[in-house]
Amino acid sequence: MNALIISAIMGVVMMFSGVLLRQRSAVLAVALSGLFVSIVLNIMEMYGFHLFKVNLNGMMHFDRFSLFFNTVAMGCTFIFLLLSAKEMEKVGLNYADYFALIFFILSGIILSSSFSSLLILFLGIEIISIPLYILTGSDKKNLKSNEASLKYFLLGAFSTGLMLMGITLIYGHSGSFAIDLVTTPETKPGILLIAGLLLLMFSMAFKVSAAPFHFWTPDVYDGAPTVFTSFMATIVKAAVFIAFIRLFYHAFGDIHETWKYLVAVITALTLFIGNITAVFQQSVKRMLAYSSIAQAGFMLMAILALNSVASEGILLYTTAYCLSTIGLFAILVKMKDYTFEGFNGFAKHQPLLAATAVIFLLSLAGIPLTAGFLAKFYMINAVITRGGFLWLVIFAVLMAAVSVYYYFRVIQAMYFKDGDAQLIEVSPAFKWAISLVAALVILLGVYPQLLFSWYYF
Amino acid sequence: MISLLLILIPLLSGAAAFFLKQGNSARSWALASSFATVIVSLLGLTVLNKADLLQFKCDWLPGLGSSFSIRLDGMGQLLCLLTAISFPLIFITTWQRQYKNAHNFFALMLLSQAGLMGVFLAMDALLFYFFWELALIPVYFLCSIWGAERRIQATFKFFIYTFIGSLLMLVGLIYLQSQTPDRSFDIDSFYAIVLKGRTQHWLFWLMFVAFAIKIPVFPFHSWQPDTYEQSPTAVTMVLSGIMVKMGLFAILRWLLPVLPSASYAYGEKMIAMWAIAGMIYASLLAWRQDDLKRLIAYSSIAHLGLMVVAIFSESEIGIQGVMVQMFNHGINIIGLWVIVEILERKYGTRKLSELGGLAQKAPVMAMLFVIVVLANIALPLTNAFVGEFMMFTGIFTSPISEYEMITVPAAGFTIILGAIYMLRMVQKVIYGNTNALTETGTDIGLNEKLVLGTIVILIIVAGVYPQPFLDLTKDTTNLILNEANINPLTTK
Repeated sequence: MNALIISAIMGVVMMFSGVLLRQRSAVLAVALSGLFVSIVLNIMEMYGFHLFKVNLNGMMHFDRFSLFFNTVAMGCTFIFLLLSAKEMEKVGLNYADYFALIFFILSGIILSSSFSSLLILFLGIEIISIPLYILTGSDKKNLKSNEASLKYFLLGAFSTGLMLMGITLIYGHSGSFAIDLVTTPETKPGILLIAGLLLLMFSMAFKVSAAPFHFWTPDVYDGAPTVFTSFMATIVKAAVFIAFIRLFYHAFGDIHETWKYLVAVITALTLFIGNITAVFQQSVKRMLAYSSIAQAGFMLMAILALNSVASEGILLYTTAYCLSTIGLFAILVKMKDYTFEGFNGFAKHQPLLAATAVIFLLSLAGIPLTAGFLAKFYMINAVITRGGFLWLVIFAVLMAAVSVYYYFRVIQAMYFKDGDAQLIEVSPAFKWAISLVAALVILLGVYPQLLFSWYYF
Repeated sequence: MISLLLILIPLLSGAAAFFLKQGNSARSWALASSFATVIVSLLGLTVLNKADLLQFKCDWLPGLGSSFSIRLDGMGQLLCLLTAISFPLIFITTWQRQYKNAHNFFALMLLSQAGLMGVFLAMDALLFYFFWELALIPVYFLCSIWGAERRIQATFKFFIYTFIGSLLMLVGLIYLQSQTPDRSFDIDSFYAIVLKGRTQHWLFWLMFVAFAIKIPVFPFHSWQPDTYEQSPTAVTMVLSGIMVKMGLFAILRWLLPVLPSASYAYGEKMIAMWAIAGMIYASLLAWRQDDLKRLIAYSSIAHLGLMVVAIFSESEIGIQGVMVQMFNHGINIIGLWVIVEILERKYGTRKLSELGGLAQKAPVMAMLFVIVVLANIALPLTNAFVGEFMMFTGIFTSPISEYEMITVPAAGFTIILGAIYMLRMVQKVIYGNTNALTETGTDIGLNEKLVLGTIVILIIVAGVYPQPFLDLTKDTTNLILNEANINPLTTK
């Protein structure tokens, strides 16, 4: 609750800061300190400190899982701002507004990770989506950005419609918006419940870009300014996943049998389409868009498994995925040429940045000693613990092997090919920050207890 | 403590080597580190050979049922010794080679040594998997950066191949862990698993593919000749001398005892046949090769095939033979690569057709070369003879084999083929007339004499007095067979 209120207030503050503060560095400083305060307050809430006493009427529930994820999401946003805030200046003139939108998205993230009523879920997802439409189109002079924004808006509105319809049907079934009351172990799934479940599943699948609802993703991610692609492909996607798993765990966990095959098929399809299409990309940015679909396939395995390993796993997975992808995008955004060839000879010019990029790529590919490996390990473990679906697990690891192909193409370009990779100026502070992120990725891969000791505070 | 040092020395010195800016200092640093590892390894074999010094255990990932548990047992001692000895030999042999960014080269070499040590020491399945990959990643970079012309494709093929295998193995390991009584990755829990027939069967394939790719067993071998050819020779030595042993080792430690009835069901009837087919195929190909690296690569497939057959004979002497032979083969093949490295550096070619007449120009090298080659074709008094003799005896006297009348003659036939292609190689390289290229040849220098001399001494000592090796491997062999034999004996 602390963080929700602070970030909503910060959103408003940031809107005015653009008018009041002349210097952009001051705007950034305000944003960073506001974010820092809300992280600290959120951590304090984990230990039982409440800044505000609000009667939520059971609409929201801040449990360990959601508080922990909020910390992760805000922490990743903090890292994102540290690494990429400079690039946001180049997008357009409304520098402060972008921060405001990001803070609004953060409050949406907190809503959708802590909901216990379907209404709050809807509110959360919408508060995330609407600022994202704006951010996608923020490069106003760029036709691709405009197209992406419009496409995202239209399709997003459509999926929101689906979600509302689903919520309505569920309400018709259970007579309540509370997610815990939707099903009980004795529930016999009727037509209303099944239809509502399917609609909710499809709209969530749309938001996390699971196949076959992924068509918007490559174009939107490609069209949006790269800084914001980084934000929406990582933190936002992770948050929607948390909402997805929370919804299905509480609302539909008791009728797992009825929908598990459908989720398994969606998972397999997402893995297949994401990985296979990523192989054929020529631009690293587009490759990362498809890779985000592929990674979503792995995260969907948590929704299939829906046990305690899965909830630990999804927290680790989102953290690992966010850190690695944010790091990679932070480097990509500094490149002059986004194609694979643009990375040729990168290691020679920027050995440190190349080494960190390798760590991020290895983590995304799921190589041991990086956080990405343990994340995938948790997902596989979760499904095996649940029992059944071994075909899916084996299919998933084969697809992970495919993903090595396109991630390693970047490594090959950077290290083994000669070329003249062009880079916009980078500051020493940026190098320090990105090395820290890379160190974090390795640390989580060797000793994930570091993360989970927070989870089991 | 000894076991921990064996991992830590190369790991930390490798990480430190990244920061040594000068190539020469990195080289000396790597050599010093590898000597330290040899000393620790020898101490572990002799003076400090006490159970509590050889093992180390601490908490690592309690939530996942995994701990950082390492122990040196007999088989591990032997392979760690091989890993420890190989690296100084490799560094001295390639002393004169100039690598660009040498500090990175040596750092990655040491890191791969750490990974290899970890594989041989790990007593926890997840830890084992970690090290299995840790050994692979540095090698990927080593081959891709410092390799020959087609290095990128060849290494990538190698990487994808082994990575697919590893991932399947990972699924297998996780499944096995879910079947242990205490949900732990510890090796003792794994040995306590009792699984129904069908489950064992598909698990066996998940794990075996990973090991078969690494060894490589025919038909999973197609990455190997390309990779050996394209890698810098120092890395080829690591790959063929030590890394391929990971596969055999893993079968012995993680497959045979854990999934005994599936190993029995497929081992002799199917995999041994593949291995035999691969041996004949590889031997014939080796015969027709012109490139020395490819020739040795194919010969390696043939030699390792025999070890695979012997493993699945599941007899005490056969498995002991495999362990001894893993060490010996490592030494011998590194000996061959040393020769290749010398030839390539001196004459700039690896083609048999372009060499010849070196016996006159480089008599010392020729003599040592011939001894190494004779060891490779398992002549009595050399180390490989002991190993191959034991393996053949094992296959013959195995309690479970049914097809020994096929496998033994076929394997024997490849030994003859081995003699043919190896002697053909000797003949083309050192006999005949000198040509324009070899006319100016000189004999080898002191450091190469030192390396080849060490190898030859190891060959002869292990060939004449193999008893210490047998004592060392006895316990591990019995343990493996105890775990493995429960089901086969009842099923037969």
